[in-house]
Amino acid sequence: MSDTDTTETAAAFEPTIVAFFCNWCTYLAADLAGTSRMKYAPNARIIRVMCSGRVDPQFVFDAFAKGADGVLIGGCHPGDCHYQEGNTKALRRFTLLRRMLTDLGVEEERIRLEWISAAEADRLRDVMNEMADQIRALGPFRLPDGAVAPAAPRREEVPA
Amino acid sequence: MREPNGTPRIGVYVCHCGTNIASTVDVAAVRDAAESLPGVVLSRDYKYMCSDPGQELIKHDIAEFGLERVVVASCSPCLHEETFRGAVGEGGINPYFFQMVNIREHDSWVHRDIAAATAKANDLIRAAVRRVRFHEPLEPRRVPIDPRVMVVGGGIAGIHAALTLANAGKQVYLVEREPSIGGHMAMFDKTFPTLDCAACILTPKMTQVRAHPNIQIMTMSEVEEVSGFVGDYRVRVKHHPRFVIEDACVGCLECIDACVFRNGKTPDEFNLGLSKRKPIYIPFPQAVPQVVVIDPEACIEFRAGCRKKTCVEVCAERNAIDFQQEVTYDEVTVGAIILATGFQAFEASRLPQYGYGRLDAVYTALEVERLVNASGPTEGSIVLRDGSTPTSIGIIHCIGSRDKNTNEYCSRVCCMYSLKLAHLLKEKTDAEIYEFYIDMRTPGKGFEEFYNRVEEEGVHFIRGKVADVYPEAGNTGRVVLQAEDTLAGMVRKIPVDMVVLATGLEPQPDAEDVRRTFNITCGSGGFFTERHPKLAPVSTFTDGVFLAGACQGPKDIPDTVAQAGAAAAEALALIDAGHIELEPNTAFVVEERCSGCRTCVGMCPFSAISIVDGKAVINEVLCKGCGTCVAACPSGAIRQNLFEDEEIFEEILGVLTHV
Ligand SMILES: Cc1cc2nc3c(=O)[nH]c(=O)nc-3n(C[C@H](O)[C@H](O)[C@H](O)COP(=O)(O)OP(=O)(O)OC[C@H]3O[C@@H](n4cnc5c(N)ncnc54)[C@H](O)[C@@H]3O)c2cc1C
Ligand code: FES
Repeated sequence: MSDTDTTETAAAFEPTIVAFFCNWCTYLAADLAGTSRMKYAPNARIIRVMCSGRVDPQFVFDAFAKGADGVLIGGCHPGDCHYQEGNTKALRRFTLLRRMLTDLGVEEERIRLEWISAAEADRLRDVMNEMADQIRALGPFRLPDGAVAPAAPRREEVPA
Repeated sequence: MREPNGTPRIGVYVCHCGTNIASTVDVAAVRDAAESLPGVVLSRDYKYMCSDPGQELIKHDIAEFGLERVVVASCSPCLHEETFRGAVGEGGINPYFFQMVNIREHDSWVHRDIAAATAKANDLIRAAVRRVRFHEPLEPRRVPIDPRVMVVGGGIAGIHAALTLANAGKQVYLVEREPSIGGHMAMFDKTFPTLDCAACILTPKMTQVRAHPNIQIMTMSEVEEVSGFVGDYRVRVKHHPRFVIEDACVGCLECIDACVFRNGKTPDEFNLGLSKRKPIYIPFPQAVPQVVVIDPEACIEFRAGCRKKTCVEVCAERNAIDFQQEVTYDEVTVGAIILATGFQAFEASRLPQYGYGRLDAVYTALEVERLVNASGPTEGSIVLRDGSTPTSIGIIHCIGSRDKNTNEYCSRVCCMYSLKLAHLLKEKTDAEIYEFYIDMRTPGKGFEEFYNRVEEEGVHFIRGKVADVYPEAGNTGRVVLQAEDTLAGMVRKIPVDMVVLATGLEPQPDAEDVRRTFNITCGSGGFFTERHPKLAPVSTFTDGVFLAGACQGPKDIPDTVAQAGAAAAEALALIDAGHIELEPNTAFVVEERCSGCRTCVGMCPFSAISIVDGKAVINEVLCKGCGTCVAACPSGAIRQNLFEDEEIFEEILGVLTHV
C-alpha cells in the first residue's frame, strides 16, 4: 500500500472513485487527515451527505453509469450514527446493492462501505490508498459483457 | 428531474489560503477552468477568502455583477460555511444560494502531486457549480432551548461549571457517580505551584454547590441514556441505592460508631486501600453531601441479616437508614450538557519492572497524596507499609506516559506534582529525595520558579529513565533503583526506602461508553475530542454538548477551571439566545408522488413521519435531517432541503466530467 501520492504517467490508468461521506464521521476524518497533513492517493472525490443513510442506491448506479471506477460510502460505526440508525439502514441497503452489482459481474472491490469515525484519519488514509490500489489493478470500470446498459434502475427496482 | 431555476449567474472564488492551498493546487489554472463552466459569469482567486476583504469581494460582486449563486473553494465547510453564507446573505441574496468546496483539508493538505491536486480541485468545483444551480432559497430553522443544563462529573471541573451556571440563574443537574462530589482534587493535601491547601480552596466550593438553590446534586448516579437534540435533550439518570435517605441523614456519623463492626475491614476507596473502612461510612470528612453510605457487599444485613441493626437503632427517629432502597431512575430535560468526567490514574502494575503491588516500598503518586494529607490514612505522617519512616525516597517520572508501549502523550501534570510531592515529603521526613526524570516540563505560571525552589531545598535530580526496581540484597526492606544517568553518562544504582511512581493520566475506564451515550468522539488517546483544537476547545461535534477538565485531555487544576468556565459560558451563550438556528436540511413530502406505501415511516428514527389521509406527512420539528427516508422512498416523493436528489446527481456528474 502506498503512503504517498501516485504520480500519473501518461499511460497509467488512474481510477476515479466517488466517495459519499457522512458529515459527522468520515467527512470529519478526512478533515482530520488534512489537518494532520497525512498523504494519500488523490483518486477519490468526496460528496458530503448528512448521514450514510442518505445514500440512495441510485447514486451508486449513477456514479458507475457516469464513469466512476469505484464507489466508497463512509459512515459512523454501528451504534454511533448521529441519527441513531441511519448507518444500519445504509448497511442493509448496501448488502443488497453489492449483491446486485456482483451478480452483474462487477468486482466487489469497486464498491465499499466503511465505518470511519471522526478520529480515524489514519484509517481513512489507509482505505483511500487501498481502494485506489485495488481498482488500479482491476482497470477501468466496464460493464461486463451481456449486462444491461448502465442506465440507473427505476426506483422501484432498487432495494430500499 | 427538476430543471435548475433558470440559468443563474454564478460566481466562483478560489482561495489560496496563503500558501496552504496555492502551494499544491494551481489556483490560477483552477480559476480559469471554473470560468468556462456553464453559468459561471465570474471566477476569481484570492489570497484569503475568509478575511474581511475576501468577504467584501463576494458582496461587491453580487451587487456589481448580479451574481445569483456563489461557490467558494477553500477550507472545510466546518470552518467557514457560516462565514461565507453570511457574506452571501449580506450581499443581498439568500444565504443558501451558496456552496463550499473543500480544497484544503481534502486536497492540498493531503496530496503532494500538483497536477493531481489541481485536477481534483477542478472536479470538486465543477460539482459545486452544477449543484448550486438547483439551490432553493431557505431559512434557518429556529427551535426553542430548554434553559436547564446537566453537568456530568463532580470533580473540580464539574463543580466550577455548575456554580458558574447556577450563579447566572440557570437550573443545573450535577450528576456524580461516587457518593460525594470532589473528584481527584479532594484527595490532595496541597496543590502546585502555590501549595494552597486543596481542601481550603475546594471545600468552600463544594459547600456552595450543596447550598445553591439552583443546583440539584445527584450522587451515586450515572447517565443511562440520552435522546433528543440540542436545546431539548432528554436524559435518563440511574441512581444507585445508598441505603441511606439523603434528606433524612444529618451527617452526625453516630451510625458509624454504632456499627457492629468494631474496626473497618473493607479497603477504603478514597484512601486507595491504604486504610480500612466500615460497611457504613462517609467517603471523607468534607464529603458533599454529608450523608453516610452503606456498602451492601460488606454489611452483614445484606448477607446474613443483622439481628441488632445498631445503626438503625442509633439513627432512631431520624430514620435515615433504608435497607430496601433499590435502583431508581429519573428523566430530566435539559438544553445543554457539560461533560466533566475527568481521568483515571495509569494502573502502575501494568509495568511490572517498577514493582508496584509486588514490593511494599513502592507507592503511586495518588497514594502518596493521601499519605501526606492531614486527613489521610496516617493523618499526614509518612509511615510506610512496614511501619517505618523513610530516610531516602526515589520519585520516578513519566510512568505510563511518553512511551509507545503505554501512552505516547505527556500527561502534563506529573513533573509538577512530583516536584510538589518531593517538597512535601522533604518537609515531613527530611529524607534524601531523588527525582528520576526524562525531561523536566514546567511550562506554567510560577512553575519554573517552583522547580528552582525544590532544587534549592536539596532534592537530587537525575536525568534518566529507571529501568528496574529490585529489592536490596540482605533483606534490608529497601529497594534499588537502577537507571542510566544520561547527563553523567553512567549507570546509577540508588537504594531507597520508598519509591513514588508518577503515574500518568488516562481516560476514565468507561470513556468509550460515555462517548457513545452522548454521541461524541474520542481521539486516539481515548480522551474526548473537542470540536476544534484551537477555535472550539470546549465544544464537541454534537451541538449543545460541551467538555470541561481532564476528560478532554490531561491538564492541571488552573487549566481545568479555565476550561470549565469556558464550557459554562458557551452553554450560557447557547441558552440565553432562547432559541437556536438549525440547518434547514429537513425532509418534506411531495404529496402528488406519495403512494402511501409507508416505507418511510419505519425508516425514521425520530418518529417524525406519519400517514395522514393515505399520504406521508413529515413533522418538521421532529425531523433531524438525516435523509434516510429520502433515500428509501420508492416513488421519489420525499425531498431533503440542501441535499436534494438533483443536487447530489449533479455533484456526481460534476466530479466525473473530467475536462
Ligand atoms: C497524583 C496527582 C496529583 C495532582 N496534583 C495537582 C496539583 O497539585 N495541582 C494541580 O493543578 N493539578 C494537580 N493534578 C491534576 C488534577 O488532578 C486535575 O487537573 C483535576 O483533578 C481535573 O479535574 P476534573 O474535574 O476534570 O477531573 P476529576 O478530578 O477526575 O473529576 C471527575 C469526576 O467525575 C466523576 N465521573 C467520572 N465519570 C463519571 C460518569 N460517567 N458519571 C458521573 N460521574 C463521573 C468522577 O467520579 C469524579 O468525581 C494532580 C493529578 C494527579 C494524578
Ligand atoms: S450520521 Fe454518520 S452514518 Fe448516520
